[in-house]
Amino acid sequence: MRPMIRLFTVSALTVVVAGIAFAQAALDPQTATDTRVAHMKLYGAQMGVLGGMAQGQTAYDAVAAQAAADKLVELTMVDQSTWWPVGSDSVSIADSRVLPIAWDNMDDMIVKATALGTAATAMQAAASVDLASLQGAMGALGGACGSCHETYRKPE
Amino acid sequence: MARIFRGLVIFAALGAGAAWVLSAPDVLPEGTLDGLTGDPLRGAAIFAVAGCASCHTAPDADYSLTPVLAGGQRFVSDFGTFLAPNISPDPVAGIGAWTDAQIVTAAMRGVSPEGAHYYPAFPYDAYGKADPQDMLDLVAYLHTLPAADTPSLPHDVGFPFSIRRAVGLWKLLFRSSDFVVQGELTAEQTRGRYLVEALGHCAECHTPRNLLGGLSRGQWLGGAANPSGEGRIPNITPGGLTWEAGQIAEYLKSGFTPEFDTAGGEMAEVVKNTAQLSDADRAAIAAYLKIVPALETAQGL
Repeated sequence: MRPMIRLFTVSALTVVVAGIAFAQAALDPQTATDTRVAHMKLYGAQMGVLGGMAQGQTAYDAVAAQAAADKLVELTMVDQSTWWPVGSDSVSIADSRVLPIAWDNMDDMIVKATALGTAATAMQAAASVDLASLQGAMGALGGACGSCHETYRKPE
Repeated sequence: MARIFRGLVIFAALGAGAAWVLSAPDVLPEGTLDGLTGDPLRGAAIFAVAGCASCHTAPDADYSLTPVLAGGQRFVSDFGTFLAPNISPDPVAGIGAWTDAQIVTAAMRGVSPEGAHYYPAFPYDAYGKADPQDMLDLVAYLHTLPAADTPSLPHDVGFPFSIRRAVGLWKLLFRSSDFVVQGELTAEQTRGRYLVEALGHCAECHTPRNLLGGLSRGQWLGGAANPSGEGRIPNITPGGLTWEAGQIAEYLKSGFTPEFDTAGGEMAEVVKNTAQLSDADRAAIAAYLKIVPALETAQGL
C-alpha cells in the first residue's frame, strides 16, 4: 500500500485513475462535478491574470504574473483522486460537461493532464522574466487546456 | 379506368422526366477561369480559411505536420455516414489527374468530373460564392501537398438518400445564389461576410437545418443541434454572442474566450485554422458577426 500512496503524490493525474480503482473513496457524482467545476474556475482566474497581460488588456506586472503562474502549478497538483466517479459524466449529471468517453480514455486524459502540468511549469519559469516570455508560454498553456476540451467536453 | 391509368402513367413519366431534367448536374459557366492562374502561396491562406484539412486529413492526423489529405474521416448525420474522400494530389486515389476546372467545379458546384452530384456534407453551396481566383489559388496549393494513395471509401447512406441524382433536387431547393446579409456594408464587413458565408462555411454548423438537411437561412448562425449528438452548436448572432469584436477576433486567434476558457469540441479544430489568418481577416469576421441579424437561440433541428 505504501508505494501506492507514494504514487498518489507523484501527481494529481495518476490519482485520477487510482481514484477509479478505489471508487469507495470517491465523492458522489454531483459533488464531484461541482468540485471539478469550481477547480476549473480557479484555473480560469489564474489564466485571466496571465492572459490579460498576454493580450495587452492589463499592464504587465511580473509579481502578479508569477503569483498567478505559481498558483496555476499548485492547482495542477491538487489530488483529484476522488473527483472522477463513474456516473459524473454529461449524460448522468446535468451540470457536468465531461463526455462519457472520458471514462473510456482515462489513459489519454492523464496524458493531457500531464501536458497541462508541463505547460503550467513552463509558465512558472517564464511569467516573471518579461512580457514576451509570458506570451511565449501562453500558447502551450492554451493548447493544453484546449486539447482536453476538444475531445472530452460537451459543447454548451 | 384505362384512361385514368394511362393518364397516371403519362403524368408519372412527365414528373420523372421533369425531375430528371431539374436534377441534372450543372457546371461552371464557360470561361469562368479564363485568364486566371493559381498562386499556391495565396492558396495556402484560402486552405486555412476553408479549413480543408479539418475534414480531409486522415482520422487523428497530426495537425502540426504538412497536411496529407488522404481522407477517411467519418461524418455521422441523420441521412447516413459520409466519409471524406482523398483530395491529395495522387493521380489515382486523389485529384492529381483532375483539371483545374474539374476541381473548381467540384468545390463550387458540388459536381464530380464524371458529372455526379456530391452530397452537401461537402459545403459547396458556401464555396459557390467564392471568388474563382481564390479557388484557383487553392487548387495550386493543393497540388503542392504530399500525395497519398489511400483509396476514398464509399459513403454509408441508405435509401432514398443513396440516389445521387436526387441530390440535384436538393440543390434546386436549398442552394443559394446570394449572401444572407445584405445592405450597405463597409469594406471590412464585406470581407467578413465573404470569409464567414463563403470560404469559412461557418453556417454549416452554426445554422439549424430543416427536415431535408437544408440550412434554415432565416435562422442564420442562430445555433443548431450538434450533428455528432452531444450538446448544441452555439448561437453566434449578436443575440447569443455578446463579446466585443476584439474579443471575437482574439478567440479566433488564441482560442481563449474573454473569461479565458478555451475553445472546445469541433471549434478547437476550427481555431487551429483561424489562428493562421491575418489579424485583419479575423477582425473582419468579428465585424461581420456584429451585423448579422440578432436571433434568440434557435430551437430548430
